[in-house]
Amino acid sequence: MATQRSNRTLSEHESKQLLTSYGIPVVEEALAGDPDAASHRAEEVGFPVAVKLCGSGIAHKTERGLVRLGLGDSAAVRTAARDLLGAARPEDGEVSVLVSRMMRGSRELIAGVTRDPTFGPCVMLGIGGVLAEVIGDFVFRMTPVSRLDADEMAADLRMHALLGQFRGEPAVDSDALGAVLCGLGALGAERADVQAVDVNPLIVVDGRPVAVDALVELGAM
Amino acid sequence: MISVGEPDRFEALFDPKGILVAGVSSHPGKFGFVAAHNILRFDYRGDVWLLNRDGGEILGRECVSDVAQIPDGAVDLVFVCTPAAANPDLLRACAAKGVRAAFVASAGYVEAGEEGAAAQDELVALCDDLGILLAGPNGQGVVSTPSSLCAQIVAPYPPRGGIGVVSQSGNFVSSWLNYATHFGVGVSRAVSAGNSASLSVPDYLQYFAHDPETTVGLAYVESIPDGRSFAESVRSVTSHQPVVVVKGGTTGGGAKAAASHTGAMATDDTVFDGIARQIGLSRAQTIEEAYEAAAAFATLPLPTGPRVFVLSTAGGWGVITADAITSAPELELMPLPDDLRVELDARLPPRWSRNNPADLAGGETRDTVPELIDIVAGHPDVDAVLFVGLGIQANQASVERSGAFYPEHGLERIVEYHDRQDRRYADAAVTACEKHGKPVLVSTELAVTQPGNAGVARVRELGHMCFPSTISAVRALRHMVRYAKWSARREP
Repeated sequence: MATQRSNRTLSEHESKQLLTSYGIPVVEEALAGDPDAASHRAEEVGFPVAVKLCGSGIAHKTERGLVRLGLGDSAAVRTAARDLLGAARPEDGEVSVLVSRMMRGSRELIAGVTRDPTFGPCVMLGIGGVLAEVIGDFVFRMTPVSRLDADEMAADLRMHALLGQFRGEPAVDSDALGAVLCGLGALGAERADVQAVDVNPLIVVDGRPVAVDALVELGAM
Repeated sequence: MISVGEPDRFEALFDPKGILVAGVSSHPGKFGFVAAHNILRFDYRGDVWLLNRDGGEILGRECVSDVAQIPDGAVDLVFVCTPAAANPDLLRACAAKGVRAAFVASAGYVEAGEEGAAAQDELVALCDDLGILLAGPNGQGVVSTPSSLCAQIVAPYPPRGGIGVVSQSGNFVSSWLNYATHFGVGVSRAVSAGNSASLSVPDYLQYFAHDPETTVGLAYVESIPDGRSFAESVRSVTSHQPVVVVKGGTTGGGAKAAASHTGAMATDDTVFDGIARQIGLSRAQTIEEAYEAAAAFATLPLPTGPRVFVLSTAGGWGVITADAITSAPELELMPLPDDLRVELDARLPPRWSRNNPADLAGGETRDTVPELIDIVAGHPDVDAVLFVGLGIQANQASVERSGAFYPEHGLERIVEYHDRQDRRYADAAVTACEKHGKPVLVSTELAVTQPGNAGVARVRELGHMCFPSTISAVRALRHMVRYAKWSARREP
């Protein structure tokens, strides 16, 4: 708490790069500096896409209306990119837009890392993505998180049935979910400068969890 | 962390060959008197020496006025009730006589502010120098039933058994010993960790894990200075022996003031809960639940699976029990297997429930219940049995025996029969447990409302737990199934 003021966050794109380096699958995406570049990137990742304003000073995109979802063509992407770049504030620092493929999946999870004052780095898995705090179905383990720990985390969720076959979608691949949780555990244990990680939402696409948004908070070292 | 390296000094704490009570008072209201009283009252098997500055006689015993008066090697444990300032000299004198462990009940240490904290640091350093194992200070005492040792300034002295108790709060030691005294599933060692100056809760649990007298640890924990070393220490214990814990102070420390969602969800309670699961620690919400779980671990074989069968002598009980099992994520209310149904059909009138729970519907004859307990527990699909309905006949018997009609009108004979039947049911449950290596849990509110009930008393005589409700039996079974699964998954 004392270090709160000196903490800083990585941009969404940097956060996801850090996750990738720990083997956590993230949504296919690319940065663009202007509306034309955004449109090209959208064609590369494939429509429909999401476009978000991206910068290391931006933590609450949704609340500020800096997210455009389900854009189906180049024109829509250009408009969105222009609007978002225009909405940037000086305190956001250097900004660009992040163009990512829209992920389809009816199940949203949340995962993360926190530093407990007593037990040190801990990994969390929860149900509900952005609704997770209200739903209140989540579990913690301290690092290192073994593959067995990861399986037990999933089994300990009250709504663990949601990880089975669901509305025509396959069951969540336990190896893939295990890789996310063990990867977060390794990140939390190795990176003493990382104060917190939110992977929210972690969307289940064809049975495999994919980080669609991420926020890494660095503490003052 | 002391851990297993020094079992012989723990031996001096829990199984001393002689004990010196320092600071004994002639005033029955003082701790020094109470400690001496309790040690003598429960016939501690070793030598007892009482130290009082003025000598004299207390509780019919001559006191020594100086440690030097004790023969060398006569005592290995000192129970310290003297003022904090007197303790360094006392401990030096004790060490010279061969004392290897001290339980320091004296207050005036870290709980008393800065000066006390300094005194506590000095106490720790001194005991390290002297090779004395330091328990406390500011603790209520130590109990060890294999040595008939009741060295504590509070009551009660529990029956002997397999539960090893350690608590950061001395009063919860008493609470658990009270339950042990009531329900009869007893205690091996019990210790109040006091200020945990040198030994903290996991250190005692480490000793319990290697103690042949202890089969389950039961702990109350409030503050954990170093979570990592706590967790690793406890995990090394739970891989040998179940540990039931109550964690105090998990509601005060709310979510961290955090920018992240993960941080906001990480309260003391949710983090501890997850870590308890991770390290195989059975976390109970209340002192009662913790005792009941420990009593189950201490007396019943671990189940090898989640499938529970309920045998009840009356409808409603079975239904409530089934509900509790169904809503427990660890347990499974198994379907009634066909071959078991055939066996039950052959012994019950057609109106029986033909289901799990098996409601016998009052259709039992003299031998039905004992036979069915054995048959159900012996079925290969069944992992655990809950028997509900002990003590009904003995309850009626007690009413008849205490009334004006007794012993006429055939009452003497029927009362005797009722009591005998309930004793047989208790015997059957305990026998089936041992014969089939599966937990058979017995529950009735009579365990609380009528402890003298013939059925309840028989369960107790056999060293088993008569759970006070079906809910508490199911709760204890959940702890067992969860721990059994945790252990099985981590077997090398």
